[in-house]
Amino acid sequence: MVKVRMATPVLQQNDEVARENRELFRKKGLFVLNLMSSPGSGKTSILERTIEKLSNRLKLGVIEGDIYTTKDAERIEKFGIPVVQINTAGACHLDARMLQPALDDLDLNGLDFLIVENVGNLVCPAEFDLGEDARAAVLSVAEGNDKPAKYPLVFRESQVVLINKIDLLPYTDCDIDQLEKDLKLINHELKLFRVSARLGQGFEPWVQWLEEQVNLKKKLSASQ
Amino acid sequence: MHEMSLMMGIVDQLRKSAAENHIKKISKVMLVVGEMTMAVPDALQLAFEAFKEEELFQNAVLEIRKEPVRGECKDCHHNFGVEDFAFVCPNCSSPNVRIASGRELYIDYYEGD
Repeated sequence: MVKVRMATPVLQQNDEVARENRELFRKKGLFVLNLMSSPGSGKTSILERTIEKLSNRLKLGVIEGDIYTTKDAERIEKFGIPVVQINTAGACHLDARMLQPALDDLDLNGLDFLIVENVGNLVCPAEFDLGEDARAAVLSVAEGNDKPAKYPLVFRESQVVLINKIDLLPYTDCDIDQLEKDLKLINHELKLFRVSARLGQGFEPWVQWLEEQVNLKKKLSASQ
Repeated sequence: MHEMSLMMGIVDQLRKSAAENHIKKISKVMLVVGEMTMAVPDALQLAFEAFKEEELFQNAVLEIRKEPVRGECKDCHHNFGVEDFAFVCPNCSSPNVRIASGRELYIDYYEGD
Protein backbone atom coordinates (compact mmCIF):
# COMPACT_ATOMS: atom_id res chain seq x y z
CA MET A 1 0.00 0.00 0.00
CA VAL A 2 1.18 3.48 -0.86
CA LYS A 3 0.33 6.65 0.98
CA VAL A 4 0.42 9.81 -1.13
CA ARG A 5 0.46 13.23 0.52
CA MET A 6 -1.26 15.91 -1.53
CA ALA A 7 -2.27 19.01 0.42
CA THR A 8 -3.61 20.62 -2.77
CA PRO A 9 -6.56 22.93 -2.17
CA VAL A 10 -9.71 21.54 -3.76
CA LEU A 11 -10.55 24.97 -5.15
CA GLN A 12 -7.10 25.52 -6.62
CA GLN A 13 -8.33 25.20 -10.21
CA ASN A 14 -11.03 27.78 -9.66
CA ASP A 15 -8.62 30.10 -7.88
CA GLU A 16 -6.19 29.92 -10.79
CA VAL A 17 -8.89 30.90 -13.30
CA ALA A 18 -10.05 33.64 -10.91
CA ARG A 19 -6.52 35.03 -10.97
CA GLU A 20 -6.64 35.14 -14.78
CA ASN A 21 -9.93 37.03 -14.64
CA ARG A 22 -8.56 39.44 -12.02
CA GLU A 23 -5.53 40.14 -14.20
CA LEU A 24 -7.80 40.89 -17.17
CA PHE A 25 -9.90 43.30 -15.05
CA ARG A 26 -6.72 44.99 -13.80
CA LYS A 27 -5.47 45.55 -17.35
CA LYS A 28 -8.80 47.02 -18.40
CA GLY A 29 -9.15 49.16 -15.27
CA LEU A 30 -12.56 47.61 -14.85
CA PHE A 31 -14.19 47.43 -11.42
CA VAL A 32 -16.10 44.16 -10.94
CA LEU A 33 -18.71 43.54 -8.28
CA ASN A 34 -20.03 40.09 -7.33
CA LEU A 35 -23.58 40.48 -6.02
CA MET A 36 -24.79 37.61 -3.83
CA SER A 37 -27.87 36.80 -1.77
CA SER A 38 -30.57 34.27 -1.10
CA PRO A 39 -33.39 34.01 -3.67
CA GLY A 40 -36.03 36.68 -3.24
CA SER A 41 -33.97 39.14 -1.20
CA GLY A 42 -34.15 41.68 -4.01
CA LYS A 43 -30.84 41.40 -5.86
CA THR A 44 -32.28 42.17 -9.27
CA SER A 45 -34.42 45.05 -7.95
CA ILE A 46 -31.33 46.52 -6.30
CA LEU A 47 -29.50 46.11 -9.56
CA GLU A 48 -32.27 47.96 -11.40
CA ARG A 49 -32.17 50.87 -8.95
CA THR A 50 -28.39 50.97 -9.08
CA ILE A 51 -28.41 51.06 -12.90
CA GLU A 52 -31.01 53.87 -12.86
CA LYS A 53 -28.72 55.95 -10.64
CA LEU A 54 -25.41 55.16 -12.32
CA SER A 55 -26.02 54.55 -16.02
CA ASN A 56 -25.66 58.24 -16.91
CA ARG A 57 -22.47 58.54 -14.83
CA LEU A 58 -20.67 55.27 -15.65
CA LYS A 59 -20.48 52.76 -18.48
CA LEU A 60 -22.08 49.71 -16.96
CA GLY A 61 -22.31 46.08 -17.94
CA VAL A 62 -24.06 43.16 -16.27
CA ILE A 63 -23.55 39.41 -16.17
CA GLU A 64 -26.61 37.57 -14.94
CA GLY A 65 -26.22 34.19 -13.30
CA ASP A 66 -29.32 32.07 -13.16
CA ILE A 67 -29.95 28.36 -12.95
CA TYR A 68 -32.30 28.09 -15.94
CA THR A 69 -34.13 31.26 -16.90
CA THR A 70 -33.37 34.56 -18.63
CA LYS A 71 -35.96 36.49 -16.60
CA ASP A 72 -33.41 38.66 -14.80
CA ALA A 73 -31.44 39.44 -17.95
CA GLU A 74 -34.68 40.54 -19.65
CA ARG A 75 -35.30 42.97 -16.78
CA ILE A 76 -31.82 44.46 -17.16
CA GLU A 77 -31.95 44.69 -20.98
CA LYS A 78 -34.70 47.30 -20.69
CA PHE A 79 -32.11 49.77 -19.43
CA GLY A 80 -30.20 49.57 -22.70
CA ILE A 81 -26.94 48.40 -21.15
CA PRO A 82 -24.95 45.33 -22.23
CA VAL A 83 -26.09 42.22 -20.40
CA VAL A 84 -24.98 38.61 -20.80
CA GLN A 85 -26.83 35.68 -19.30
CA ILE A 86 -25.07 32.64 -17.86
CA ASN A 87 -27.32 29.65 -17.26
CA THR A 88 -25.62 27.32 -14.84
CA ALA A 89 -27.95 24.45 -15.81
CA GLY A 90 -28.54 23.31 -12.27
CA ALA A 91 -25.37 24.48 -10.58
CA CYS A 92 -26.08 26.59 -7.52
CA HIS A 93 -23.28 29.11 -8.01
CA LEU A 94 -21.09 30.80 -10.60
CA ASP A 95 -17.44 29.85 -10.78
CA ALA A 96 -14.49 31.63 -12.35
CA ARG A 97 -14.50 29.49 -15.51
CA MET A 98 -18.20 30.04 -16.20
CA LEU A 99 -17.52 33.75 -16.29
CA GLN A 100 -15.00 33.57 -19.15
CA PRO A 101 -17.31 33.04 -22.17
CA ALA A 102 -19.53 35.82 -20.84
CA LEU A 103 -16.51 38.12 -20.61
CA ASP A 104 -15.72 37.32 -24.26
CA ASP A 105 -19.23 38.41 -25.22
CA LEU A 106 -18.84 41.84 -23.61
CA ASP A 107 -16.81 44.74 -24.97
CA LEU A 108 -14.77 45.25 -21.81
CA ASN A 109 -12.90 48.24 -23.27
CA GLY A 110 -16.16 50.12 -23.37
CA LEU A 111 -16.99 49.51 -19.69
CA ASP A 112 -16.01 51.07 -16.35
CA PHE A 113 -18.06 48.87 -14.12
CA LEU A 114 -19.24 45.27 -14.40
CA ILE A 115 -21.80 43.79 -12.03
CA VAL A 116 -22.07 40.01 -11.79
CA GLU A 117 -25.35 38.91 -10.29
CA ASN A 118 -24.67 35.50 -8.80
CA VAL A 119 -27.18 32.66 -8.50
CA GLY A 120 -29.61 33.26 -5.62
CA ASN A 121 -28.04 31.24 -2.81
CA LEU A 122 -26.36 32.29 0.44
CA VAL A 123 -24.19 29.19 0.73
CA CYS A 124 -22.28 28.11 -2.34
CA PRO A 125 -21.36 31.32 -4.22
CA ALA A 126 -19.29 32.46 -1.22
CA GLU A 127 -16.76 29.68 -1.85
CA PHE A 128 -15.98 30.61 -5.44
CA ASP A 129 -13.68 33.50 -6.25
CA LEU A 130 -14.61 34.94 -9.65
CA GLY A 131 -11.73 37.41 -9.80
CA GLU A 132 -13.98 40.27 -8.67
CA ASP A 133 -12.81 43.40 -6.84
CA ALA A 134 -15.58 43.42 -4.27
CA ARG A 135 -18.41 41.29 -3.03
CA ALA A 136 -21.73 42.66 -1.93
CA ALA A 137 -24.32 40.55 -0.16
CA VAL A 138 -27.99 41.45 -0.02
CA LEU A 139 -30.02 40.54 3.03
CA SER A 140 -33.66 41.50 3.35
CA VAL A 141 -35.24 42.24 6.72
CA ALA A 142 -37.99 39.72 5.98
CA GLU A 143 -35.46 36.87 6.00
CA GLY A 144 -34.94 37.06 9.75
CA ASN A 145 -32.21 38.05 12.18
CA ASP A 146 -30.57 34.64 12.23
CA LYS A 147 -29.12 34.74 8.72
CA PRO A 148 -25.65 36.09 9.62
CA ALA A 149 -25.16 33.31 12.18
CA LYS A 150 -26.42 30.66 9.76
CA TYR A 151 -24.42 31.79 6.74
CA PRO A 152 -21.34 33.48 8.20
CA LEU A 153 -19.02 32.85 5.26
CA VAL A 154 -20.84 35.01 2.74
CA PHE A 155 -20.78 37.94 5.18
CA ARG A 156 -17.18 37.35 6.19
CA GLU A 157 -16.12 37.33 2.54
CA SER A 158 -18.09 40.42 1.53
CA GLN A 159 -17.09 44.08 1.75
CA VAL A 160 -20.66 45.33 1.67
CA VAL A 161 -24.05 44.22 2.91
CA LEU A 162 -27.16 45.88 1.56
CA ILE A 163 -30.00 45.45 4.03
CA ASN A 164 -33.03 45.54 1.76
CA LYS A 165 -36.81 45.90 2.20
CA ILE A 166 -36.48 48.34 5.09
CA ASP A 167 -39.97 49.55 4.15
CA LEU A 168 -41.23 46.21 5.53
CA LEU A 169 -39.60 46.69 8.95
CA PRO A 170 -42.85 47.54 10.78
CA TYR A 171 -44.31 44.22 9.61
CA THR A 172 -41.42 41.99 10.67
CA ASP A 173 -39.75 40.95 13.92
CA CYS A 174 -36.40 42.01 12.55
CA ASP A 175 -34.28 44.09 14.94
CA ILE A 176 -32.18 45.91 12.36
CA ASP A 177 -29.72 47.41 14.87
CA GLN A 178 -29.04 43.96 16.30
CA LEU A 179 -28.75 42.58 12.77
CA GLU A 180 -26.06 45.14 11.99
CA LYS A 181 -24.23 44.33 15.23
CA ASP A 182 -24.29 40.62 14.38
CA LEU A 183 -22.91 41.33 10.91
CA LYS A 184 -20.10 43.46 12.37
CA LEU A 185 -19.15 40.63 14.75
CA ILE A 186 -18.50 38.41 11.75
CA ASN A 187 -16.73 41.14 9.79
CA HIS A 188 -16.13 44.51 11.42
CA GLU A 189 -14.96 46.06 8.16
CA LEU A 190 -18.33 45.55 6.45
CA LYS A 191 -19.94 48.59 4.92
CA LEU A 192 -23.66 48.50 5.62
CA PHE A 193 -26.34 50.24 3.60
CA ARG A 194 -30.03 50.22 4.51
CA VAL A 195 -32.15 50.35 1.39
CA SER A 196 -35.60 49.77 -0.01
CA ALA A 197 -35.34 48.80 -3.65
CA ARG A 198 -39.11 49.00 -3.98
CA LEU A 199 -39.23 52.65 -2.90
CA GLY A 200 -35.76 53.57 -4.11
CA GLN A 201 -34.73 54.63 -0.60
CA GLY A 202 -31.17 54.79 0.71
CA PHE A 203 -29.40 54.33 -2.64
CA GLU A 204 -27.32 57.50 -2.74
CA PRO A 205 -24.60 56.41 -0.23
CA TRP A 206 -24.36 53.01 -1.95
CA VAL A 207 -23.95 54.36 -5.46
CA GLN A 208 -21.47 56.95 -4.17
CA TRP A 209 -19.40 54.16 -2.66
CA LEU A 210 -19.55 52.28 -5.98
CA GLU A 211 -18.50 55.33 -7.94
CA GLU A 212 -15.52 55.84 -5.62
CA GLN A 213 -14.44 52.22 -6.13
CA VAL A 214 -14.79 52.47 -9.91
CA ASN A 215 -12.68 55.64 -10.01
CA LEU A 216 -10.09 54.18 -7.65
CA LYS A 217 -9.69 51.13 -9.84
CA LYS A 218 -9.26 53.27 -12.94
CA LYS A 219 -6.59 55.38 -11.27
CA LEU A 220 -4.76 52.31 -9.98
CA SER A 221 -4.79 50.73 -13.41
CA ALA A 222 -3.59 53.92 -15.11
CA SER A 223 -0.68 54.32 -12.69
CA GLN A 224 0.63 50.81 -13.33
CA MET B 1 -25.51 21.91 -2.85
CA HIS B 2 -22.13 22.71 -4.36
CA GLU B 3 -20.53 19.61 -2.81
CA MET B 4 -20.94 17.77 -6.11
CA SER B 5 -18.83 20.32 -7.96
CA LEU B 6 -16.27 20.26 -5.15
CA MET B 7 -16.20 16.46 -5.33
CA MET B 8 -15.64 16.56 -9.09
CA GLY B 9 -12.54 18.64 -8.41
CA ILE B 10 -11.42 16.22 -5.71
CA VAL B 11 -11.77 13.09 -7.85
CA ASP B 12 -10.01 14.85 -10.73
CA GLN B 13 -7.02 15.56 -8.51
CA LEU B 14 -7.07 11.97 -7.24
CA ARG B 15 -7.26 10.45 -10.74
CA LYS B 16 -4.33 12.56 -11.88
CA SER B 17 -2.19 11.80 -8.85
CA ALA B 18 -3.05 8.08 -8.88
CA ALA B 19 -2.02 7.82 -12.54
CA GLU B 20 1.28 9.55 -11.79
CA ASN B 21 1.92 7.22 -8.88
CA HIS B 22 0.74 4.03 -10.70
CA ILE B 23 -2.05 3.42 -8.20
CA LYS B 24 -4.94 1.33 -9.53
CA LYS B 25 -7.18 1.25 -6.48
CA ILE B 26 -7.58 3.82 -3.75
CA SER B 27 -8.52 2.49 -0.31
CA LYS B 28 -8.74 5.69 1.72
CA VAL B 29 -8.95 9.42 1.12
CA MET B 30 -8.34 11.91 3.91
CA LEU B 31 -10.04 15.20 3.25
CA VAL B 32 -9.61 18.23 5.51
CA VAL B 33 -12.64 20.49 5.76
CA GLY B 34 -12.57 23.70 7.79
CA GLU B 35 -15.67 24.54 9.78
CA MET B 36 -15.91 27.87 8.02
CA THR B 37 -16.20 26.36 4.59
CA MET B 38 -19.71 25.83 3.39
CA ALA B 39 -19.05 22.18 2.50
CA VAL B 40 -21.23 19.77 4.45
CA PRO B 41 -19.46 16.44 5.22
CA ASP B 42 -22.58 14.30 4.65
CA ALA B 43 -23.16 15.92 1.29
CA LEU B 44 -19.51 15.33 0.37
CA GLN B 45 -19.89 11.65 1.31
CA LEU B 46 -23.00 11.38 -0.82
CA ALA B 47 -21.24 13.06 -3.75
CA PHE B 48 -18.29 10.67 -3.37
CA GLU B 49 -20.66 7.69 -3.68
CA ALA B 50 -21.43 8.81 -7.21
CA PHE B 51 -17.89 7.88 -8.24
CA LYS B 52 -17.88 4.40 -6.72
CA GLU B 53 -18.58 2.77 -10.09
CA GLU B 54 -15.10 3.77 -11.16
CA GLU B 55 -12.55 1.05 -10.44
CA LEU B 56 -10.16 3.52 -8.84
CA PHE B 57 -12.70 4.47 -6.17
CA GLN B 58 -14.63 1.18 -5.86
CA ASN B 59 -13.29 0.31 -2.40
CA ALA B 60 -12.32 3.78 -1.30
CA VAL B 61 -13.41 5.18 2.03
CA LEU B 62 -13.68 8.93 2.36
CA GLU B 63 -12.62 10.24 5.75
CA ILE B 64 -13.17 13.83 6.67
CA ARG B 65 -11.18 15.69 9.31
CA LYS B 66 -12.82 18.88 10.46
CA GLU B 67 -10.71 21.90 11.35
CA PRO B 68 -12.21 24.24 13.93
CA VAL B 69 -12.39 27.98 13.31
CA ARG B 70 -9.49 29.82 14.95
CA GLY B 71 -8.71 33.50 14.86
CA GLU B 72 -5.54 35.49 15.33
CA CYS B 73 -5.76 39.03 16.67
CA LYS B 74 -3.94 41.45 14.38
CA ASP B 75 -3.35 43.80 17.32
CA CYS B 76 -2.17 41.60 20.20
CA HIS B 77 -1.46 38.39 18.16
CA HIS B 78 -3.54 36.26 20.51
CA ASN B 79 -4.62 32.99 18.86
CA PHE B 80 -8.04 31.71 19.95
CA GLY B 81 -10.95 29.44 19.12
CA VAL B 82 -13.75 31.39 17.43
CA GLU B 83 -17.18 30.65 18.84
CA ASP B 84 -20.42 31.42 17.01
CA PHE B 85 -18.40 33.16 14.28
CA ALA B 86 -17.77 36.18 16.52
CA PHE B 87 -14.46 37.58 15.31
CA VAL B 88 -13.55 39.57 18.42
CA CYS B 89 -10.34 38.99 20.37
CA PRO B 90 -11.12 37.64 23.85
CA ASN B 91 -7.81 39.08 25.08
CA CYS B 92 -7.95 42.72 23.96
CA SER B 93 -11.49 42.98 22.48
CA SER B 94 -10.14 44.06 19.10
CA PRO B 95 -12.32 43.19 16.08
CA ASN B 96 -9.19 43.09 13.90
CA VAL B 97 -9.11 39.34 13.61
CA ARG B 98 -7.64 37.25 10.85
CA ILE B 99 -8.93 33.72 10.22
CA ALA B 100 -6.04 31.47 11.27
CA SER B 101 -7.79 28.20 10.50
CA GLY B 102 -11.22 26.92 9.52
CA ARG B 103 -11.15 27.83 5.81
CA GLU B 104 -9.25 24.69 4.75
CA LEU B 105 -10.52 22.45 2.01
CA TYR B 106 -7.90 20.07 0.72
CA ILE B 107 -6.96 16.44 0.23
CA ASP B 108 -4.40 15.71 2.93
CA TYR B 109 -3.44 12.27 1.62
CA TYR B 110 -4.80 9.09 0.09
CA GLU B 111 -3.77 5.46 0.30
CA GLY B 112 -3.93 2.80 -2.37
CA ASP B 113 -2.22 0.05 -4.34
